[in-house]
Amino acid sequence: MSDATPQNGFYKADDLIASDIDAYLNVHQHKSLLRFITCGSVDDGKSTLIGRLLYDSKMIFEDQLATLESDSKRMGTQGQEIDFALLVDGLAAEREQGITIDVAYRFFATEKRKFIVADCPGHEQYTRNMVTGASTADLAVILIDARKGVLVQTRRHSYLAQLLGIRNIVLAVNKMDLIAYDQAKYDAILAEYTAFANSIGINDFTAMPISGFKGDNITERSIHMPWYAGPPLIAHLETVALDNDADQTKPLRMPVQWVNRPNLDFRGFSGQIATGIVRPGDAIRVLPSGKTTKISKIVTLDGELSEAVAGQSVTMCFADEIDCSRGDVIAAADNPPEVSDQFESTIVWMADEALVPGRAYWLKLGTQTVSATVQSPKYAINVNNMEHIAAKTLELNAIGVAEILTDKAIVFEPYANNHVLGGYILIDKITNATVAAGMLHFSLRRAQNVHWQATDIGREAHAALKNQKPKILWFTGLSGSGKSTIANEVEKTLNLLNRHTFLLDGDNIRHGLNKDLGFTETDRIENIRRVGEVAKLMADAGLIVLTAFISPFRAEREMVRAMMPEGEFIEIFVDTPLEVAEARDVKGLYKKARAGQLKNFTGIDSPYEPPENPDIRVNTVEMSPVEAAEHIVRQLMPLK
Amino acid sequence: MTKTLTHLARLEAEAIHIMREVVAEADKPVMLYSVGKDSAVMLHLARKAFYPAPPPFPLLHIDTTWKFKAMYALREKAARDAGMELLVHQNPEAIARGINPFDHGSLHTDMWKTEGLKQALDHYGFDVAFGGARRDEEKSRAKERIFSFRTATHIWDPKNQRPELWNLYNARKAKAESIRVFPISNWTELDIWQYIHLENIEIVPLYFSAPRLTVIRDGMLLMVDDERFPLQNGEVPIERSIRFRTLGCYPLTGAVESHAATLPEIIQEMLLTSTSERQGRAIDHDQAASMEKKKQEGYF
Repeated sequence: MSDATPQNGFYKADDLIASDIDAYLNVHQHKSLLRFITCGSVDDGKSTLIGRLLYDSKMIFEDQLATLESDSKRMGTQGQEIDFALLVDGLAAEREQGITIDVAYRFFATEKRKFIVADCPGHEQYTRNMVTGASTADLAVILIDARKGVLVQTRRHSYLAQLLGIRNIVLAVNKMDLIAYDQAKYDAILAEYTAFANSIGINDFTAMPISGFKGDNITERSIHMPWYAGPPLIAHLETVALDNDADQTKPLRMPVQWVNRPNLDFRGFSGQIATGIVRPGDAIRVLPSGKTTKISKIVTLDGELSEAVAGQSVTMCFADEIDCSRGDVIAAADNPPEVSDQFESTIVWMADEALVPGRAYWLKLGTQTVSATVQSPKYAINVNNMEHIAAKTLELNAIGVAEILTDKAIVFEPYANNHVLGGYILIDKITNATVAAGMLHFSLRRAQNVHWQATDIGREAHAALKNQKPKILWFTGLSGSGKSTIANEVEKTLNLLNRHTFLLDGDNIRHGLNKDLGFTETDRIENIRRVGEVAKLMADAGLIVLTAFISPFRAEREMVRAMMPEGEFIEIFVDTPLEVAEARDVKGLYKKARAGQLKNFTGIDSPYEPPENPDIRVNTVEMSPVEAAEHIVRQLMPLK
Repeated sequence: MTKTLTHLARLEAEAIHIMREVVAEADKPVMLYSVGKDSAVMLHLARKAFYPAPPPFPLLHIDTTWKFKAMYALREKAARDAGMELLVHQNPEAIARGINPFDHGSLHTDMWKTEGLKQALDHYGFDVAFGGARRDEEKSRAKERIFSFRTATHIWDPKNQRPELWNLYNARKAKAESIRVFPISNWTELDIWQYIHLENIEIVPLYFSAPRLTVIRDGMLLMVDDERFPLQNGEVPIERSIRFRTLGCYPLTGAVESHAATLPEIIQEMLLTSTSERQGRAIDHDQAASMEKKKQEGYF
């Protein structure tokens, strides 16, 4: 009964094919699809099991069988019997060495389902291949040799299956025929595996005793193991829940692959729906822009659809003309995914050349491709015992956890919730090789994760004690306009008036806090951001802060204004025409800039954006520094 | 309430996704079109992927001049129906040297198909070429990636393939390197026939059985398609009811005796048959790993 063959096999092409082919086709075209992997260590019999599945479901033809029989005699490992493993190990190198190097995909069908099975190699040096096979699987069959029990490889493969988010795990205790179908030994293996599985977070799995070689508990319950009450392997594979069905219950996500624009009258957005269901009229949001509209229609060659679900490739049109292009994500308007540029992630390194922390790689996630850098790993994981080990980098087949930064924000979801928006690959920018795969855990944006610590003595208390109202007096103007000189005069006056002040001067700050910054546009922006933050802290401490920085860009001055309570940011424009400032040239900088010895000099080869509505303006051509200071202090009164 | 997608719906969605990725990322894609049933399915999927636009790439037929007449007839019509440009390339060296399947054996495949394909890709500067290969056809194909990377000299290195995870495809390459992309990698022969049936896709009439002139040579049932077929001593063409499970160069493609004249009948016959699809192809019988070797040399 357990020795199924094509002649008497339970799953041979059924009688319906011969009697009523139309009826058969109707049944067959409604079959669902299950993708699974088989993994286990080298001699656990993976290839034999797959060969058996193909053989028992009559997926092996006579000519293949003839080749198989002659190959089995010539290089098989099963004596005169058929070596099913030879059906699966396709590459010449594999047949010579009797091992599986690469993932091989095989196809078979039963009356209820079609199956795609990825046969994953067992050696530790092929971890990357197993991860590849596991990435698309609904289910993993983890094989154990009943004679050997739980091995290092069993643990590694279980961990990898769990890591890749495979929801259904089958523990197939194989080669039961070689231990005389002994229930006690099976139970002992099961107990050992259960303890291990629970320790890595696998709380639910299905165990079964089988023999791939003899066919026990493959298509039918084995007569040799009446003590096993569960279903045979095929019956389990036929009925287990599909990931695709679960994905439909999540909110809508569709990464846009391509904008379909055949003419001026049609603009559609093509992609494969990752999760959820969409219907015409649904409110959607385009990420990362956040713009919203409604779906006007879902277009296919076979006519418009009233509904499309996760897994389908569709083209959708919008009710409004809003921007949307490749890399954007169309999402449920009321439940959009996050956008971030900083993540914690598990990374599987797949290249011979090790990870270089800080180097820029291409990161492809969904249809988004951005430049990304990986920080030094927090730790690597010993895949054999799950221990965390210190690591400065990740070598081939290493798995680690690290922070990853992208040069622009991407739309994502944690991998545990959504494989399409949480799984990514890294591509070497020089060789174009795929060097790593990763799974995002969560966003590390400080703004989201660092919470403000409330203190009892607030800024009002600080200010009250000093009997003054805190302010930032923000002096802006060209180099040599007299900002520092005038700010210094103002501070002297305020000091005489018993005000508590502090002067932040551009040159001084660049000697310390900002000595790592240069004069490029990016560095100038960061320079002002930091000064703004420091000034704000001082104002919180109750001080009147004076700042003397060229601060050439309007946007950054406005950024600092926005950080402060209304009325506490006073923008003071020290208005000196360029030719006057250049004629003064107190520090000799204009001369150097004109000679090309100084790059990015404001007014010469870098722009200055004067304030459009300064709170106070002083004209240094008409006023001396002391007069300008008096003018400013008068404007500031009263100071309480 | 969820809607379980059928296996064909999922295979279709996967193929469409693959094609759109190529169009979004390739500089100059092309679809290799052999006029066979797999090509017919691939072309149909391309029309679906880009509808209402026509597929934004041309079709390329690597012609050996030895295809069945019925294939040439459908080739023109299929391209026209899809609104696509059809490019035909014949290796000029093979023409000059009169390479043919009767006198030159495996050199015929090498010169016309392998070399012809490389010439055409280089000539037009195509960087990505779609092919209709399936993983269930042959063992080395079972391990080939969907995006199969080729060096500047069109070499495939099976030991150094790019990992392919989830549905993320790495289409980056250096200048002169190219990628062969197989959108129907995960389809089986039965899936192909069933999809043709469901979607009503036009295929070459040779797939349906009809009385045709044939000879039996070296155990293969060969169709005498035109006057170039050299009859050997004592050979007399006999009319038999035959059809083809796979179509290549007619002198290299074996027919099967059959009365299956409709798609359901073809599928019925296929399901009840006991030999695999490529059995009718001479190319695979050279040696055990012959396809792997040919692919490394640049054959599709």
